[in-house]
Amino acid sequence: MGRALLTENILIPGIRDFDVYRAHGGYVSAEKALKEMTAADVCREVTKSGLRGRGGAGFPTGLKWSFLDRKTERPRYLVCNADESEPGTFKDRYLMEHLPHLLIEGLIISSFALGVRSCYIYVRGEFKYIIGILKRAIDEAYQHNFLGNNILGTGLSLDIFLHPGAGAYICGEETALLESLEGKRGNPRIKPPFPAFKGLYDCPTVVNNVETLAAVVPIIGMGGDAYAAIGVGKSTGTKLISACGNINKPGVYEIDFGLPVEDFIYSEQYCGGIRDGKMLKAVVPGGSSVPVLPAGLMLNTVKGEQRLMTYESMAEGGFETGTMLGSGGFIVFDEDACMVRNTWNFTCFYRHESCGQCSPCREGTAWMEPILKRIELGEGKSKEIDLLVSIAAKIEGNTICPFGDAAAWPVASAIRHFRDEFEFHIDHPEIVKNIEHGSIYKYPVSSIQHPASLR
Amino acid sequence: MDGLINHRLYKKENKIVRFSEETLKRIAGIILHYPADRKKSALLPVLHIAQQELGGYLSVDVMDYVASLLEIQPVEVYEVATFYSMFHPEPVGKYLIEVCQTGPCALCGGEHILDHLENVLGITNGGTTSDGMFTLKTVECLGSCGTAPVMQINTEFYESMTKEKVESVIRELKEKDNQQFQETRWAELF
Ligand SMILES: Cc1cc2nc3c(=O)[nH]c(=O)nc-3n(C[C@H](O)[C@H](O)[C@H](O)COP(=O)(O)O)c2cc1C
Ligand code: SF4
Ligand code: FES
Repeated sequence: MGRALLTENILIPGIRDFDVYRAHGGYVSAEKALKEMTAADVCREVTKSGLRGRGGAGFPTGLKWSFLDRKTERPRYLVCNADESEPGTFKDRYLMEHLPHLLIEGLIISSFALGVRSCYIYVRGEFKYIIGILKRAIDEAYQHNFLGNNILGTGLSLDIFLHPGAGAYICGEETALLESLEGKRGNPRIKPPFPAFKGLYDCPTVVNNVETLAAVVPIIGMGGDAYAAIGVGKSTGTKLISACGNINKPGVYEIDFGLPVEDFIYSEQYCGGIRDGKMLKAVVPGGSSVPVLPAGLMLNTVKGEQRLMTYESMAEGGFETGTMLGSGGFIVFDEDACMVRNTWNFTCFYRHESCGQCSPCREGTAWMEPILKRIELGEGKSKEIDLLVSIAAKIEGNTICPFGDAAAWPVASAIRHFRDEFEFHIDHPEIVKNIEHGSIYKYPVSSIQHPASLR
Repeated sequence: MDGLINHRLYKKENKIVRFSEETLKRIAGIILHYPADRKKSALLPVLHIAQQELGGYLSVDVMDYVASLLEIQPVEVYEVATFYSMFHPEPVGKYLIEVCQTGPCALCGGEHILDHLENVLGITNGGTTSDGMFTLKTVECLGSCGTAPVMQINTEFYESMTKEKVESVIRELKEKDNQQFQETRWAELF
């Protein structure tokens, strides 16, 4: 376990520079693709590899590429989604910071496969220094004729442009991202039409995540079949997991799909167990948008099998007892964490980030947030728990983009699995009112322990 | 289009604002990244540059100027400027301190970092110190949850924050006051 297809060379000093990257096997896949393969060959290898989008939805990349409208005379675009704003997710930043050339190489190969001449990398504005790193790497790639006109004498031409976001989570949603690239508010578009037909500037467009595009490099290097041999079932290859929260070793880890969750949390190679020797209470394994699971269900499915780090195993049990792998933003909560407070916190996030186009999302998040605040502050009423469940259910599935679901699931799942904690807050206001959390949400300070740890 | 003139936050002062020749050249280069009939695409990068080089926030004068550069209606700039949280509708301190308040940071003590900053600076969330040096603000996840709690000062990351680190960072910034805080220019990034 622990193969590093993407991050093998990440610790080599100077790997950010073209020369060092090249000396360690960099751009060999790009040369292979451009000189020895046809565009169709590259698409075939990617399809065979079983690669699934690493941005969160896990949609098969080969299939997405096959939808791209190739009949039209209009230009085609490839857009790299480097907006990375899903709470708990920081893997793309790690990859771009240390291996900018890996992303550029992935973009070159993918553009060749898709018949694209202009790529945009949409980087969230807060990652300003990453834009600087990418800019430098792109300049180097031009100097070495891996970008620009007639790349390596193959007749292929490609430009890569950087585009900054400006602080809006919703711009990670692919159609909002395209709107933002066009200089507009980040309002998601109604689909269909899908970007494969009408994307950037109404032209056929593929939007892929940073990690997805980087994974194309080892896929071409080793062949789609060899890549598909890693992992379990339809979760092939390796995945970057960004682990955070109450663990001993937060960070970004490249895992083979199929690693048991328990090993990931407790082995020294990865998270190194729960901080301060505490007990594991819950995990949100795929960024804040996926359902939270209590420790028991996180480690083992209801069938009693070990839960694995794969798309399928995470989803085992549906939303009753399962969750999703999402973006791989693995947030770990120890026994002291308050699930009510965290649910309130996440809902503050969604309320703040809703683009406001759909009433269920805009009004629903703005309705749930104060209710959760009241419950957390010991001012809730017992019927409000069911009210929250009902609001969440009415947002889910009734919105233009999946943000609505993403706002509903954390609330619904927290109540499903930690209802007793919500009830505790309502039944024991005198205890709840006197807990110290700091002043972000302003309320009295005392030394009484949080009820979460009394469970 | 003077639609926002009487808005609570936006006041047109009719000041002349203008980029330097060098910046204008760079902006012309950025516009070339997009198809000729899609100049508007350059709006976000140009607004970042404008905010940095024309006063630290987006006044109506600045937004109108950007609209004229990109040959779009002022309202197209206003609606974008108000959507994105990195654009400020009013002046901020020389150092804008943005503390992450989202789940993973909160789990690792982020709320106490804000507390402490409020105490050290003597202002509350959203406020600016009377000398105009520091503005304190909370933001959502900064994509740095593995080194929580996290904050940014003028888009520079400060990670794994502790109360001690808060104090030393603020002390250093106060001491360095006369020097220029080394900040990358947006205009040079594209
Ligand atoms: C609210 C929302 C936020 C998203 N944020 C991101 C993001 O920050 N980065 C990302 O790569 N994908 C994000 N996505 C997924 C994208 O819409 C899209 O599916 C993805 O970029 C496709 O790339 P992939 O197939 O390579 O995963 C988000 C989706 C939604 C609904
Ligand atoms: S679901 Fe929310 S974020 Fe998505 S389009 Fe509707 S209002 Fe906007
Ligand atoms: S939650 Fe603070 S950086 Fe992600």
